[in-house]
This record gives sequence, structure tokens and C-alpha cells, in this order.
Amino acid sequence: MADLTTNTAVEPRGPKLKKAFSRTNIFLYGTLIMVSMYYLLPLYVMIVTSLKGMPEIRLGNVFGPPMDITFEPWVRAWSEACTGINCDGLSRGFGNSVRILIPSVLLSIAIASVNGYALSNWKFKGSEVFFTILIIGAFIPYQTMLYPIVIMLREMGLMGSIWGLVLVHTVFGMPILTLLFRNYFSSIPEELFKAARVDGAGFWQIYFQIMVPMALPIFVVAIILQVTGIWNDFLFGVIYTKPATYPMTVQLNNIVNSVQGVKEYNVNMAATLLTGLVPLVIYFASGKLFVRGIAAGAVKG
Amino acid sequence: MTVPSVPPTLSGKRPSKLFKNWMAKMASLPMILTALVVFVGGTAWTVTYSFTGSRMLPRTKWVGLDQYERLWSSDRWMISITNLGIYGICSLILTLFIGFTLAACLDRKIRFEGVFRSIFLYPFALSFVVTGLAWQWILNPDFGMQSVVRDWGWTAFNFDPLNNPDIVMFGLLIAGIWQGSGLIMCIMLAGLRGIDEDIWKAAKVDGIGTVKTYIMVVIPMMRPVFVTALVLIAAGIIKLYDLVVAQTGGGPGLSSEVPAKYVIELMFRAQNLGQGFAASTMMLCSVVIILIPWAYLEFGGRKRG
Amino acid sequence: MSKILKSALLGTALTAATATAVMAEGVELEVTHWWTSGGEAAAVAKFANAWNATGNTWVDGAIAGSGGTARPIIISRIIGGDPMAATQLNHGRQAEELIEAGLLLDLTDVAEAGGWAEIVNPSSLLEACTLDGKIYCVPVNIHSAQWIWLSHAAYKSAGLDVPTDWNEFTASAGSLKEAGILPLAMGQQGWQQNIAFGAITLAVAGQEAWNGVNIDKNADVARGPEYTAAFEAVAAARDLAAESNVQDWNMATNLVITGQAGAQIMGDWAQGEFSVAEQVEGKDYSCLPGLGLNPVIDTGGDAFYFPVNDDPAITAAQKELAALLISPEVQVSFNLAKGSLPVRGDIDMSTANGCMQKGLKILANGGVLPSGDISFSQDTTLQIEDLQAQFWSSDMSAADAQAAYADIIANAD
Repeated sequence: MADLTTNTAVEPRGPKLKKAFSRTNIFLYGTLIMVSMYYLLPLYVMIVTSLKGMPEIRLGNVFGPPMDITFEPWVRAWSEACTGINCDGLSRGFGNSVRILIPSVLLSIAIASVNGYALSNWKFKGSEVFFTILIIGAFIPYQTMLYPIVIMLREMGLMGSIWGLVLVHTVFGMPILTLLFRNYFSSIPEELFKAARVDGAGFWQIYFQIMVPMALPIFVVAIILQVTGIWNDFLFGVIYTKPATYPMTVQLNNIVNSVQGVKEYNVNMAATLLTGLVPLVIYFASGKLFVRGIAAGAVKG
Repeated sequence: MTVPSVPPTLSGKRPSKLFKNWMAKMASLPMILTALVVFVGGTAWTVTYSFTGSRMLPRTKWVGLDQYERLWSSDRWMISITNLGIYGICSLILTLFIGFTLAACLDRKIRFEGVFRSIFLYPFALSFVVTGLAWQWILNPDFGMQSVVRDWGWTAFNFDPLNNPDIVMFGLLIAGIWQGSGLIMCIMLAGLRGIDEDIWKAAKVDGIGTVKTYIMVVIPMMRPVFVTALVLIAAGIIKLYDLVVAQTGGGPGLSSEVPAKYVIELMFRAQNLGQGFAASTMMLCSVVIILIPWAYLEFGGRKRG
Repeated sequence: MSKILKSALLGTALTAATATAVMAEGVELEVTHWWTSGGEAAAVAKFANAWNATGNTWVDGAIAGSGGTARPIIISRIIGGDPMAATQLNHGRQAEELIEAGLLLDLTDVAEAGGWAEIVNPSSLLEACTLDGKIYCVPVNIHSAQWIWLSHAAYKSAGLDVPTDWNEFTASAGSLKEAGILPLAMGQQGWQQNIAFGAITLAVAGQEAWNGVNIDKNADVARGPEYTAAFEAVAAARDLAAESNVQDWNMATNLVITGQAGAQIMGDWAQGEFSVAEQVEGKDYSCLPGLGLNPVIDTGGDAFYFPVNDDPAITAAQKELAALLISPEVQVSFNLAKGSLPVRGDIDMSTANGCMQKGLKILANGGVLPSGDISFSQDTTLQIEDLQAQFWSSDMSAADAQAAYADIIANAD
């Protein structure tokens, strides 16, 4: 149970395939390629649609590659698309999302890593109870807590501000991150901790000098999880902010749903892709760490 | 910082005093506050006010079980839970099946494993809003899949889930599975890699086929992984909201309404907080029914080894 | 007339003067609304420009989606203690509790200075803003929902004359279908279907029955024979709209503009879309208030509310804006762009097009009804909309729908 969660074997365990062109082999690759097409189709359709002009879209083949490549929809989506009389596209939402993202990620990870450390090395009476509540809290439908949080933020004077949303993200990111760090710190050999204690090191000393340096990979995993999670949030953004501080997802929904005259599918798809770009880049750049992160966070209790 | 002369034991057998580990307790304060004030307090507040006749603002005007009576006689709520049932069962079965099958395929020492895995998982990086809008466009009856297939010559082809109340939930299902199955595949893959390689040798010696080995030996061994996957999928299903808002808006008519949307609509749009709280309390109950046994198995009575 | 106008102007100037005395620099006011279609955005720009011209700044807080999406956001911000400076809401019962909780600014002094009581026509609009003798909102326009919009292009391509009332329209629907044209465009959202339901009922069941249900909330009338006829007419309309698969109301209007559909039942705000598309009334499209059968219109509409603010500079600016929104020039330019009727009867709307003239004439003749926003709570409205959404998207029988409707009316508040 105390094995290194992130070091789960990465070698395939299934039976080896024998010949290159055996029947099973063709079947296997065939299936994988077919399924891959289902997964890639939306991305492909979004990209080709965003590069077409409206007349070409009206011809009706969503799967056809663009005959005349135009980047105008991207420009419009980024800086010209309108909601009401604001015609500055998604660029404002991008800025807001960045301003929400950075403090939320830092704060939530700082708090959760200390939680995980305390829970695995400094257990106190009731610590497991709080942890269990936290984990169950992760599964409570957000709808149950939406309204009380409006009241709490009002009492703190944070409603509508970016800091209010940062706090909400910290609270709702806490369960899964705490779980992640707790599992990781539990997997670090206990002798290290005991030795440090014998040497007279205290709570924060051990945390900063031993635990943090050892946990760098899990910090990266946590950052990836939080960046994608917070960037993709819609519900909290729409309820706890105001138009001037709307994150990008909310603004995307606004742009796509405010039709002025004709629905511009190409601009909508460009806007959708722009919004998805940040998590996609992070995902493809982080590769295996992303996979490890969600697998480690999810599999081990 | 005071250092106790004896290193504290970690099993918690020693009777603990209030000030023992005080720094750890201080550091855990944000967690304790979150757990008690937001999760327990917020939930209790909502449950309490579900017994009031609050309209736009919360009021302590007690009405007993009236809100629940109205809830269960409301067509919209019944449609919402039926939809969620259909979506939930299909999504659970299909996601588990697809997730496991893909993981098993990837686990067979194939080439380009990384490429395939990236392809299956990338939708998980995208938000439900993005997912919903992308699939809304693909399923658009005038320009999307239906019209393309008709142009190929199959003019009778009919697949317009976003305009057909009878199959709209399947339109959502296609998008939901697209977004979420990669995650389950990853979990399954991690589970498969945790299984002893000797199993396969033993199976070979006994002359058991590959598929049979998976079903008879591997899956039973992966029971905890399946339970985790099941809980994750189930919790996600109950929260289903963003996808519906972005892809169908609950329509056509009420045919793709879901409970999470009922709560928000009643709370804010109908300005009937009490009714919204009652509905969210029912959602909470369903989560508790799923979670309690699992939480007990996972956390109850298990100490650090 | 000119006297009233003068006093109104004076009122505006006075408030403006006091406001400018408080602040040397212009004030930024964030204004939220859900006017995001082409015509609506053009109309809100008139407000913004007028406000910016006073040296202040209009910070636009447009929220997309219909009122159903925007209202929750607006209300949760007011309740959450982070209010905008001003916000659109439909006047009526939506703001009652916010007023009772003391969250909205009392505009009685502005209203008295501007003589709103004399100029606002019909007076029911101001009554909807009034609670316990105090005025809390500025009505900015009158919208009525009982209109049918007909495409000349569609009828021309089918070789038919453009109908002049609902009965002619239903008679022509078969031929439209044969010509490959969708007879009735309908956005698949409950509130739009409810508008069609309301308009058809008023035309078919008559005003007396309509009043019995919508004002007296009499469930027996809703079960009565007039409403049976109305529900059957709605069921017939449902068949005509069966092939319509758009969601947004302006997408449905666009079907009429481009001649793909014969008609749409929609409120007078559809007018704005026709103007943006540069279509001419009587030549490219026709409009029939009360579906051409019963020329009465309801008087719902939009109003602006001003949440209470601690900052006296903002409070002063809020009052200044309130006076500006109802001032004559702004009323004219805004309503011409929006396709709605002005809330004051004392201004010159001669540049308005034919459809608006029809509306103005009905208004002058007193053919007005209270809107659903005023008589029903949001809760009841949503239940009716849900029923309509279900009815239009399924094959529910007219009798079942009528029974369910009567139940809602019986419990309505």
C-alpha cells in the first residue's frame, strides 16, 4: 500500500504479440485506428470549420478540408466577436482567466500540499475524520453549496471579485489535491522522516527541506491538474464573477450564444478552439506526467 | 519550535493532547475550515432551508415537506431524473467497457502506444463547454453528420439527436463518452500494469485463451480499480450540467433536462430557492447512497501500513 | 404637451446638475442587460452613447442567452453584495423581494422631478415599478408579444397572397408546405413556445377568457370550451412548426427574413432583426398585431433597476442615468432601434415604421393588457413555459395539455 504511486510499472503486462501481421494484430490495430478516428473527429472538424469562410460552410460538408484557407475567423474570435456592444472578442476573457488561474493554482497547491504532509506524517486526533469529510465533499454536487457560498463570499466582501473565485477554486480543488499529496507523502520511506525528527527538525523544516524537494514530480502533476481544471471551469465562473471578470469559458459561451443576424459557425469554432488551446498545449507538452497524475490521483484510495 | 523528546508515533495509539502536534493542526486549519464550514456547514444550510418556502431570498418560513411533494409531482423533475437514469446507465456501461477494452488493447505491447493513448485522453483536457459546442456542430442536422451522409447517397439517413426529443440523450452520451472515457482508460491501464506478469504465463500453461483470461482472471483481480472507476463515473454523471447547457440547453422542449440544471433553474430562474434546495438535497441523497459504502471500504478502519 | 416635455427636461437637467456637482470627473457605471442580438445591441448602444455624451462612462455588462440565463446572474450579484450600478429586468414581480430586502434604490425623487406619473403611458408600467408608493425602476420600453411576422418572399415563391390574419395563414399553410417552405418558424425554447401559445389563445379564445385566466387566475375558465378551442389551435400550429429545428428566437426570425419559413409568432422585438437585415415593412415582410384577429397587445417590457450603493457619487450618477433613460430623445432613438414602443406618450414617433405605428395606434386606443410578467410570479411562468416546451416537442394531446395548464393556473401565484 505504501508503494510509490507515481512509479506504477509503465511496462505493458499483457501477452506479447507474435507475428507482425497475425489476425489478432490486424484486428487490434484496426480497432485502435477506428476508435482513434472517433476521438480525433471533433478536433479535426473544429479545425477545418474554423478555417473556412461562411459561404463554404453553407455548402454543407463539415468533414471536407477547406478549399480557401482563411484565418479571419480566428482574428474575429480573438479580437472582434461581440457580446452586446462589447466587440473585443475572447481576448479579455483570456486575460481574466490568466489572472484567476495563477493565484488559484498557487494557493490551492500550497494549502493542499501542507494538508497532505500533515495527514501522512503528523496525524492528529480527528485528522482522518476531516480528511474523509473532505473526500466526500469532492463528490457532493456543487449545486448543494452554491447558495451558501454566495452568502459566505458576501460576508467576506469578496463576491464578484477575482479573489472570491480564487477562494472557491482553492476550496473545491482541495479534496483531490490533498488526496494526491497525502498518498505521495505516505509513500516516502518513514525512516527519512524519523531520522529528521531525531535530528530535531520541526514541522516546517521537514516540509521545506525534505518533503518539497522529494515531491517535485507530484507538484508538477498537481499544477497540470489545477491549470486544466480551473481553466475549464464554467459553473463557478458564471456565478461568482461579473462580466468584467468573466473567465474565457464563460465568455466563449456568451459569444457563441449571442447571434447577431447569422450564426457564424467558423468564428464559433475558432473561439472554441482558442478556449481549448491552453489545456491542450499543457496536455500535449506534459505527456506522461498528466497521465500519471490522474491515474495516481484516482486509483489509490 | 518545540521538539518533543520522543518522536511521536504515527499510529495514534498514544492519547493525544490538544497541543500535541499544534503546528500540524494550525497548518491544517484551512482544510478543517473547508471541511466543516463549506462542506458540512454549506450542505446542512441547504438541507435546512429545503424545508422552507423561500422564494428569491432565504427565509425561515417553515413549510415541512411541501417542497418535496411538489418536487416529486413535477414533470420537469421526473423527466430530469429519467434522463439522468438513461444517460447514467448507458454512460456507466459504455465508459467502463470502452475504457477497459482500450486499456487492454494498449497493454498488449503494441507500437505507438503513446500516440494512441494521447489521442484517447486529449478530450479529457477540454472543458464540457468546448466538448458540447464541438459536438453540437458535428450533430447539426443541416450541415453536420446527417447532411454529409445524405450527400454520400444514403438520403434516408436520419440522425439528428439534437432535434429529436426521443434520442437527444444519446447525442449527449456520444459527447460525454468522448470526453470522459480516456480517463477511465488511463485508470484501467494503471490497474492492468499493477497485475503480476506471471498470470499470463500461468494462463498460457493452463491453455486459457486471452479473452477468457481477461474475463475470468484479470477483471476479478482488478475489482478495486473497477470500484474506483465506477465511483468516479457515477459522481461525474450526477454533476452533469455544463455539457447539457452548452450542447442542448435542455431542449428540444424539456427532453434533455437533468437534475443539476433543475436545481439552478429553480433556484435562480424561477426564484424559488426552497424548491431548488429540495432538489439539490435529493441529489445529495443519491450521492450519499453511492458513496457511503465505498468510503467505508476505502477509508474505514484502514491505518497507514 | 410641451409643458410636460419642458418639465421633464428640467428634471433631467436638475439631477444632472446635482450629480455633476458631486463629482468633477465622470463616473463609470456598469450596466448589465441581456440584449445581445443584432437589433438589441444597436439599441443598447443608443443608451451607452447618450450616457457617454454626458461625460460619464457606460461599462457594458451584456450577458448572452435570454433573460432566463441572465436574470440568475444579475440577482445573485445583487444578493451577493457586489451589485452592478444598473440592470435591466422585466418589470413586474421579478424584483419584489429585492425591494423588500432594501437592495434597490428608491427613485421616487427622480420620478417626481421628471413628472413620470404624467408622462408614462400606460400608467400600469409605472405601477409595476411601484411598491408601497415608492418607485424603484425606470420603464424604458413597451414590448408586446402578440405579433405574427410574415415573409413576402416565401409567399411569393409559393405563388400565394400574404395572409392578413391567423385564419388565412393556417389556410395557406398547406400550399406553403407543398412549395417546400416551412409554414411556421419556431425556436425550440419554452418561452418562445409560450409566446406563441399566448398569442394564439388571445386570438382564438378571446380577451374575456384570456383575462379570466391571466388576471383572475380562474382555473375553471382554463378548463372551459374557449380554452379547448385555443389548445386545439395551438396543436394545429405545432404541426405547422414540426420541421422547425432552430433554437434561438432570432434564428427563427432569420428563417422568415430569408424566406425559408412563411411566418413566426414572436414579440415586437423581432422588428429589430428585420431592420438590421434592411427589410422594408409591407414590401419584404408584414406584421399583424394580435395575429390580425384581435388587435390588443400586452404591455410587458423592460425596465432598469438601480441596486443600492454606498458611494454617494455613484448614487447620484445612478439617478442621473435613470432620468436620462426616460428622457425624450433617448426614448425615441432607443425604441426606434429596438422596435419597441416608447413608454411616454408625449414624443414624436413619426419616423417609426409601419409595424410600430400599428402598435402605437393600438396603444393610443387603449387596447392594452397586462403582461404575464406582471400577473404571474416567475415560478408560475416557468411552470407554464415548461408545459409548453413539453407540449410543442411531443405529441401530447390538446386535452392533456389543457388539463395540466388548468392545474398550474389553480395553484398559480
